[in-house]
Amino acid sequence: MPAAAIAWKAVFAGTPEQAPNYRMSDHWWGMLIDVPKCIGCGNCVRACQAENDVPDGYFRTWVERYHVDDADMTNPEVISPDGGKEGFPVAKEDAGKYFFVPKMCNHCADSPCTQVCPVGATFVTPDGVVLVDPKYCLGCAYCVQACPYGCRYIHPEKKVADKCTLCYHRITKGLTTACCENCPTGARQLVDLKNPKDPIHEFLKAHAVQVLKPQMATGAKAYYYGLDGSVR
Amino acid sequence: MMWNLAMFLSEPLKIVNSVEGFMYPNEIGLQWSVLIVLYPYITGLVAGAFILASLERVFHVEAVKPTYRLALLTALSFLIVAPLPLQLHLGHPERSPEMYFTPHSTSAMAMFGYVYLWYLMAVLVFEIWLDYRRDIVLLSRSSKGLLRLIYKVMTLGSDNISPRSLRIDEKVGWIVTLIGIPSAFLLHGYVGFIFGSIKANPWWSSPLMPVVFIFSAMVSGIAGVMLIYMATTKLRGQKIDIRCVDTIAMYLFYIFIIDFSLEMLDLIHRIYEADESFRSLQFMVHTKLYIPHIVIQIFLGTVTPLALLFITQVVKLPERLRKRMYVAAGSLALVGIFAMRWNVVIGGQLFSKSFLGYTTYKMELVTREGSLVAVALTILPLFILWALLKVLPPWSSEHEVGSATGD
Repeated sequence: MPAAAIAWKAVFAGTPEQAPNYRMSDHWWGMLIDVPKCIGCGNCVRACQAENDVPDGYFRTWVERYHVDDADMTNPEVISPDGGKEGFPVAKEDAGKYFFVPKMCNHCADSPCTQVCPVGATFVTPDGVVLVDPKYCLGCAYCVQACPYGCRYIHPEKKVADKCTLCYHRITKGLTTACCENCPTGARQLVDLKNPKDPIHEFLKAHAVQVLKPQMATGAKAYYYGLDGSVR
Repeated sequence: MMWNLAMFLSEPLKIVNSVEGFMYPNEIGLQWSVLIVLYPYITGLVAGAFILASLERVFHVEAVKPTYRLALLTALSFLIVAPLPLQLHLGHPERSPEMYFTPHSTSAMAMFGYVYLWYLMAVLVFEIWLDYRRDIVLLSRSSKGLLRLIYKVMTLGSDNISPRSLRIDEKVGWIVTLIGIPSAFLLHGYVGFIFGSIKANPWWSSPLMPVVFIFSAMVSGIAGVMLIYMATTKLRGQKIDIRCVDTIAMYLFYIFIIDFSLEMLDLIHRIYEADESFRSLQFMVHTKLYIPHIVIQIFLGTVTPLALLFITQVVKLPERLRKRMYVAAGSLALVGIFAMRWNVVIGGQLFSKSFLGYTTYKMELVTREGSLVAVALTILPLFILWALLKVLPPWSSEHEVGSATGD
């Protein structure tokens, strides 16, 4: 099955039932990111910022462009101007390869950010989404320091930790995330690991996927397909 | 067009933050400012001052007796200020009591409130009260007006100063100090653990961090009390007890060697292991952290005072010169330990967790987390100490209290 078809199937199959029937214990959310499909258009970043009222200069999701030179694979050139919101400059035609890597909260099962929160204001929901209670957060920024992926920030006006919620307000109402919905190539797919019908299971059987910084042992649930070894 | 506009809009951000290479977009601004540098610095002074006090009380190092009470009061002055930088840093300081009421059991930071209160009330205040109880009772009898009321309250209704009751004070005080030593280690080792346990940050993540923090705390606390003792004695027109400062300098020297060895062990381990973060950290140390780390922390704040102290240990120098060298070594040690805290806290945020770029810390001046507030918080404990010294004079208590009561 072509990858795009799998993507669409995943989006639909991963869509939960409507909110009145929503049971947290029936879901375990994650994200599949198909790196070769990302074209760096920035739609996901714009959609996220519009949907979640993300302040300028801060990012719940962003896109990086890697340029890996054959001669120096361990030292890639990476850019993400304004989080890739408005796309990227034209790539120079020279040696090496270029590719885009969408980034977001990995909604880790063993998340270091929730571990360190002194009051438990940030937590993993029973359906596997890492959230912050803005009415409880002290704004100490310890969680920001503890996140290995740079996915958190202190909201400049609310003065509390802020991050990707996996559009929790949407996915619990039968919708997919704003970034998934607006991705023109299906590079991002919301997945429900507890849903036996979710094509993610078939996909994981047939493809090699990777998580970012596996050595951190965070139980990351943002699964990357086609991830280059140079990606940090 | 859109791209150019985005570049234009994002450009000022880059200029302000002076980013080199690639940072994750949320990493460009630093989360922890100079106030978080002050937090381990101040708690370190507390722990170190208390360890010095315990030398006399528990280990019977009689030579440092003139600094015993001064060390306790110094520790208290700094401990009172210790939570202020944290409080000022919080986005919602009004919610900080939640750390006491609903602490998160897996959080290293959640322990702060309890460790702080334990150390403040169960160790430091209790020990000071026990040690001063006789003086407080006598002063409550001899003073007049408001001061009399203050001393009366400070007795907590316990005005029995019979020899038997004072012996009990002494015994209980000894036990409190004995408990206080591991508590001081806990207070500062725990601060080191807050940083050392962050696996996301290779500059911090090290099991050596709590141990390094404990020994550097001892260095700063001992140096601090030594300088305060010399300054206050001079200001009072009294003669500095050279045997006392010689002994303190000796302890400072040995503990400094342990501290430096641990830091070098950490450094050598990093260099030899050379993990994925090494290249990035090495670049940072040789560029952005060169002045604060190599020049100030290592050469000016560690090697130089160690050399000065070494000379005083092996060469018989005149008393006057020794004192000057102690002042120089103590001051440089305080600068060096501050630089160490700076390099840990600020240095740990200057590089990207992608190991591909660096940002810059620009200290603000007149903001809640600015340098003026930092200076004020550094000086504040000295004012508190001055007030404490007025209410609870630590020196020649026998003579002064005796003459005040006409004994």
